[in-house]
Amino acid sequence: MSDKSRKTFLMIIFLCVLFILVWVSDKFLDEYTMRVIRTGLIYIIAAISYNLINGIAGQFSLGPNGFMALGGYMVALLMLPLEQKKFVWFLKPLIWPFNSFSFTKAFFPLAIFFGGMAGALGALVVGFPTLRLRGDYLAIATFGFSQIIIVLANNLISVTNGALGIKGVPEYANIYWCLAWAIITVLFTTNLANSSYGRAMKSIRDDEIAAESMGISIFKHKLLAFVVSGFFAGVSGGLMTSLITTISPSLFSFTMTFNLLIIIVLGGLGSITGSVITAFAFAILSELLRFVESPINLGPIYIPGIAGMRMLVFSFLLVVLMIFYRRGIFGEKELSWDWVLSRFGSKNHQGVKVCPGKTEHF
Amino acid sequence: MNASVFFQQLINGMSLGSLYALLAIGYTMVYGILRFINFAHSDIFMVGAYFAFFSIVIFRIPWPIAAILSIGLTALVGMAIDRVAYRPVRDAPRISALITAVGVSSFLENLGLVTVGARPKAFESPSFMSKLFHIGDAAITGVAIWVPVITLGFLIVMMYIVYKTKVGMAMRAVSTDIDATRLMGVDVDKVISYTFALGSALAAVGGILWACKYPKISPLMGVYPGWKAFTAAVVGGIGSIPGAMIGGFIIGLIEVMTVAISPGLSGYRDGVIFLVLVIFLLLRPTGILGETLKEKV
Repeated sequence: MSDKSRKTFLMIIFLCVLFILVWVSDKFLDEYTMRVIRTGLIYIIAAISYNLINGIAGQFSLGPNGFMALGGYMVALLMLPLEQKKFVWFLKPLIWPFNSFSFTKAFFPLAIFFGGMAGALGALVVGFPTLRLRGDYLAIATFGFSQIIIVLANNLISVTNGALGIKGVPEYANIYWCLAWAIITVLFTTNLANSSYGRAMKSIRDDEIAAESMGISIFKHKLLAFVVSGFFAGVSGGLMTSLITTISPSLFSFTMTFNLLIIIVLGGLGSITGSVITAFAFAILSELLRFVESPINLGPIYIPGIAGMRMLVFSFLLVVLMIFYRRGIFGEKELSWDWVLSRFGSKNHQGVKVCPGKTEHF
Repeated sequence: MNASVFFQQLINGMSLGSLYALLAIGYTMVYGILRFINFAHSDIFMVGAYFAFFSIVIFRIPWPIAAILSIGLTALVGMAIDRVAYRPVRDAPRISALITAVGVSSFLENLGLVTVGARPKAFESPSFMSKLFHIGDAAITGVAIWVPVITLGFLIVMMYIVYKTKVGMAMRAVSTDIDATRLMGVDVDKVISYTFALGSALAAVGGILWACKYPKISPLMGVYPGWKAFTAAVVGGIGSIPGAMIGGFIIGLIEVMTVAISPGLSGYRDGVIFLVLVIFLLLRPTGILGETLKEKV
């Protein structure tokens, strides 16, 4: 069997095993555990989209929460049933296109796609003026943009219902849709990162001037990475809205961006595998760490719950990671079939090939 | 809008703008030297306001001493942040420094939330700040007049330090070429440390004056002023100290005038500033006074 068909074969087997695993856990695990797993899958999508712009293209963005909010509001507006729409917008009527229709369950993936497009459009609007300039402007412009999205969400009552938010979005984001979108994100981003576009993005990250002198259009590739990243951020925001069935301006606050930043730095900036593992671990850990902020009562010792303690620990962790362990768990490396085969596979597949420009293996 | 209301809003815009200018100078100085955005600067501003709050409201230290004390302490906090968090990542890729800055910013905000709580605290401003002045038909509070005056005083001191003293000369040298300055025998780390101290001291002045103007302080009070001050630094030309002042006044005036001319837009006042940032980035990314930076290979 040739190398390529062997990998395709392994990939198909892996996906089948994953599907069976999900099916079994959907049957036997309780609702709460499944919810955590779904959240984990959505975090994977968001983290990979964020890693594409920060880790692979090397441009520091602070706006994924804004793009997620765009996707979330889009999905909420498209999916909310018509009678629920009349019920929610009691302060001001909903504006025209959205008050006359709503998608049925069959069109849910399309709604998520439109959510992604909303995120991509937002990324285009921010990226176009800022990506021509030095990298630092992007950080501040995306930060401003994500704040503005929240300001708009609070004020455009006839679209977003203001601070009250939109309630009663149907919960169609089941485990299969979350898994499907997570797989699409992983495959798309991996292929993009290994394509000529991805190699151009990595060269921009490593040395912008050298990349430009090799004839790479810096602006075009940065914008491509940013728009694709905005698309998947929108997708994850849409799925998250459907998962928790409600959206309000406080859902996608800057804390979301900060959590994603922790995830991609810990997993390794530029490593998709790293993002997948740490995103999933983060979703589980942040459930387990809830006790930190709740009161602890150990007989005679009583520690009152302190709000913000988790974020304090996370921010400390981020600074310490940046100073002492900058490369994260995976660095820029990926867990790939070549590595798995060289470890556990046949004898003729030992040795590690490192081709310039291709993904490095362990 | 008649003349006296316009005059009143003009004074309000000037006083808000001078606060932005105080903050913008800290951003622009650090950016000029290290080429990185100190996201924690807006939280240093908050720390300054809290130092003043504790020394005046809790410990009952007289006003002038309390102000000097909190400015000094904030300068020390700024130096400590540089020493502990930024110096180790100075030679790392630029994105590492930016992520560290975001981490420090979030650390300070959450430290505030954990130690003093999220509920806003009432700040006691001195009596001369709350006195009302009548000029023609316009009624102007003392704060609106004193803030620009005090700001101008500090800016003159600041300009003197940067353009007339030896440390200031070293700062300007470091911002032109950090390696060449090191070769000339200047202790670059020390100069950067002084820069952080100076920027943080001005942020503390801004924080205290902000607390006099809006006497409610909370751990997240710095987020929006910080972002607008950075926009002001970009508008004025990043790296240029006079530019940061001009930018601050422009942003303050735009913000106040937008709400004054059409009160219906008051919910969008932060959105207008974002629009200004985008327009400047599109048309004149170097700002009003900035010079084009040519990157050397």
